[in-house]
Amino acid sequence: MSQKVLLNAKEVNIILHRLACQLIEKHNDFSNTVLIGLQPRGIFLADRLAEILKENYKVKNIQLGYLDITFFRDDFRRGDKPLEANMTKINFIVEDKNIVFIDDVLYTGRSIRAALTAIQSFGRPNEIELLTLIDRRFSRHLPIQPDYRGRQVDVINNEKVQVNWKERDKEDSVYLIEK
Amino acid sequence: MSELSVNHLLGIKYLNKQDIQLIFETADHFKEVINRPIKKVPSLRDITIANLFFENSTRTKLSFELAEKRLSADVLNFSSSQSSVKKGETLIDTVNNILSMKVDMVVMRHPNPGAGVFLSKHVKASIINAGDGAHEHPTQALLDSYSIREKLGEVKGKKVVIVGDILHSRVALSNIFALQLQGAEVMVCGPKTLLPKYIQKLGVKVETNLYKALNWCDVANMLRVQNERMDITYFPSTREYTQQFGVNKMLLDSLNKEIVIMHPGPINRGVEITSDVADSKQSIILDQVQNGVAIRMAVIYLLASKIKQ
Repeated sequence: MSQKVLLNAKEVNIILHRLACQLIEKHNDFSNTVLIGLQPRGIFLADRLAEILKENYKVKNIQLGYLDITFFRDDFRRGDKPLEANMTKINFIVEDKNIVFIDDVLYTGRSIRAALTAIQSFGRPNEIELLTLIDRRFSRHLPIQPDYRGRQVDVINNEKVQVNWKERDKEDSVYLIEK
Repeated sequence: MSELSVNHLLGIKYLNKQDIQLIFETADHFKEVINRPIKKVPSLRDITIANLFFENSTRTKLSFELAEKRLSADVLNFSSSQSSVKKGETLIDTVNNILSMKVDMVVMRHPNPGAGVFLSKHVKASIINAGDGAHEHPTQALLDSYSIREKLGEVKGKKVVIVGDILHSRVALSNIFALQLQGAEVMVCGPKTLLPKYIQKLGVKVETNLYKALNWCDVANMLRVQNERMDITYFPSTREYTQQFGVNKMLLDSLNKEIVIMHPGPINRGVEITSDVADSKQSIILDQVQNGVAIRMAVIYLLASKIKQ
């Protein structure tokens, strides 16, 4: 197994600030916008972006939620491992809101498909956008593309992109791991 | 995430502690789901479940059916009063006929103890026991423990008394197993005639004085007197039963602490529990019913995840 650094802590930090600025450019004061981190791994990126928006760019009233998509996935009973559910925390109304889905890696697009179905259980949003830190090119199974991307990478199927966050993994970094 | 150690839910005695923990954690997620504006998830859209009720039921049947529908399963309902069972068909034949219509899971209530175990050995489907005679009613025990956990934080170390007709109660037996597995202390309380002779061998305390039992416990689970299962007279009169084993407000107020009151339903108001107690703040009877749907969703989901494609 070999691994290669795709992004180091400094690069991750620059990208996070750029993504935050791009969000402000589109959503202004976030009065009608909500951020939704996708469980399990998107929530770290969502937390970090919300923090940057609040601390560095003085955006008030950021509404942040977590969405678990386990029960909406299309591979129930199809894999070897049982699917693990996580907490959903959406303490606001999504009806008529502009939603930004936040996830770490966009790969086949199937998780996003599940998230698009799952969020409908909470109401009818006005618009949904997608923000991902890493966009794996040429690997989509569905016609889904990000609106905001940190870095686009070409990764073949037996390689894995691993995103580390200092809150959980001691450092901010993105690795390409060859299995 | 781990998975259940069993392929069927036949009784609590076949489960281990981790199974119960997994069911509760999964139920937490489903409880959140059923409080959304749209309460349905598509997980089981390719699963068909038959509800076979060879004995009357309202709450359990509705609760299972709702749980199945909220998981998007296709549902078949069967009750023996309108079926070929009356014409002499055997249980295996009845079920195999239903399964030949491509059914993946069977939820069954049956008057004979062990009917679920028997069926699981003879048919190819996941079986959930929704009550077999006076044997077990595992989903009821799970939702009871889950409700205690919700109300008191945890089940471990809690003192629970089960009051009433222990002899004819599958709820009592499943509850004893479930509570002990989670480290709770269990006492049974009722007229001597309605306490099974060797019940203390299960490691439960036995008490025939309700006041003492209530003073000991954190939670009292009040059972209904199952007149329909009684072939002889077990106590002189309903009035006398109520005087000795019925819970009323005055009795609760005389205790030196506030206890939680549970009842698996259906309630005979004024017999084992008075209306003012059943509708009081101490009672979690309606929470039990709500939790029943989440618990059944969790059990069905976890068992379905073990059905191979």
